[in-house]
Amino acid sequence: MTPLKERLVQLEVLRYNPDTDTEAHFQRYEVMCQEEWVVLDALNKIKADIDPTLNYRWSCHMAVCGSCGMMINGEPKLSCHAFLRSYEGVIRVEPLAHFPIERDLVTAPDDFMEKLKRVKPYVIPKEEKPISEGEYKQTPAQLMKFRQYSMCINCMLCYAACPQYGLTPSFIGPAALTLAHRYNLDSRDGGRKERMEVVATKEGVWECTFVGACSEVCPAHVDPASALQQLKIVGSIDWIVEHLIPGGKS
Amino acid sequence: MSRKPLVRECPPTTWYFRQPRYLRYMSREITSIFVGAYCVLLVVGLQRLAAGPAAWEGFLLALRSPASIVFQFLCLIAAVYHAATWFNATQKAMPLQIGEDFVPGNVISGAHYAVWILLSLVVMFFAGVF
Amino acid sequence: MAKSHKPVVWFPFAAGGTVIAFCIPVIVLLTFLAALGHVPAGLSYEKLHAFAAGGIGKLVLFGVIALSAWSSAHRLRCTCYDFGLRADTLVATVLYVAAIVGSIAAALFLLRI
Repeated sequence: MTPLKERLVQLEVLRYNPDTDTEAHFQRYEVMCQEEWVVLDALNKIKADIDPTLNYRWSCHMAVCGSCGMMINGEPKLSCHAFLRSYEGVIRVEPLAHFPIERDLVTAPDDFMEKLKRVKPYVIPKEEKPISEGEYKQTPAQLMKFRQYSMCINCMLCYAACPQYGLTPSFIGPAALTLAHRYNLDSRDGGRKERMEVVATKEGVWECTFVGACSEVCPAHVDPASALQQLKIVGSIDWIVEHLIPGGKS
Repeated sequence: MSRKPLVRECPPTTWYFRQPRYLRYMSREITSIFVGAYCVLLVVGLQRLAAGPAAWEGFLLALRSPASIVFQFLCLIAAVYHAATWFNATQKAMPLQIGEDFVPGNVISGAHYAVWILLSLVVMFFAGVF
Repeated sequence: MAKSHKPVVWFPFAAGGTVIAFCIPVIVLLTFLAALGHVPAGLSYEKLHAFAAGGIGKLVLFGVIALSAWSSAHRLRCTCYDFGLRADTLVATVLYVAAIVGSIAAALFLLRI
């Protein structure tokens, strides 16, 4: 077996301690890493060997849980999915942009959680039926219609990438709106009308200007930008039906 | 334990320098300045056309000024760039599902490009370019 | 929060964006050729006047100009906000009014042809 190649990696990590700091500041670490490691491995090594006070979130280490999102050289990334070999020189690690910093690399996701709830991201059955009548059936084609949009892991990279969210924090944002679209498209669902009451507001899809950054950074290839463009078309057709077609208001 | 989250503002006038993709987005948006200005040129052109042959000849002559040539060259680049970004977006806004599968996005955008080129050639033919 | 009336401005923006993409590049190309001294035959007074005199010609020219103007006005409104200009109501009013005035002017000139 060939020995694993090692490399001295320099990281510049944004630190913030709410108990003592009023500003965040960068701290430089030098840590010996193996060539095939990811940024999260380097952070783990720092925490284990150099500085146990460093705070960050992570769990699965395999781009599934969506916990370890960070800005790496200014780009929203899952740190478990950011390979050291893709970077040269000092790697700058910051907490996800557009979210308040709780401590070091840990951000406060409260705003996203509240927005997620508002769009009702769950099936609201067209008609309730007792379990004895069996399951709500769906064809493969009906599943494929929304499957891509159901792959979201709530990592919030799209919010960190979206300048409109950064500029207008009341914007419901890419992931939550995409999930609204996902349930709107579900053949078993009857909740489109109540979701559109949230989606088709000024804070909803109309704040989006199709920058497209959300889709570029999404680690699960959900393509939120496409969902939002489709929601704009749906919302516009709804508006025409409600306002220009007699009897369309009901 | 009390919380004291640190809010970092997104700089409202300089945010687009943060990532190259934001600059790409802004360049797409800025095409609207050139298209809007070109619309003004078109309205002026219609006015000249309505004013008679002499006025129209004067308009065509005015088009040949160096400033106009530079302006129209920039408008051409802006219009083509807008068209490319618009056609690339069609596959996102209007996905097409046949049976279980979606038609590949490149096919949807490609069809738009094909129609665009065809339409442009037809217009150029009727305008007597060739 | 009530549903937004944004579709009123967004729908013509989307329609105009499509019109710009399909039509404006070739129109610019024609006037650019004229600017370079190679005036296409179709831009001669007789040919263009005959085209604009017809009902279909009027409709096409008006449709292209009005929708393109609206679309670029709307996009420019968003761009102003993106550049940090926060007086959105003022910006929107000025730009939309400019697009409407331009469209009305285009219609009046077309009716004179």
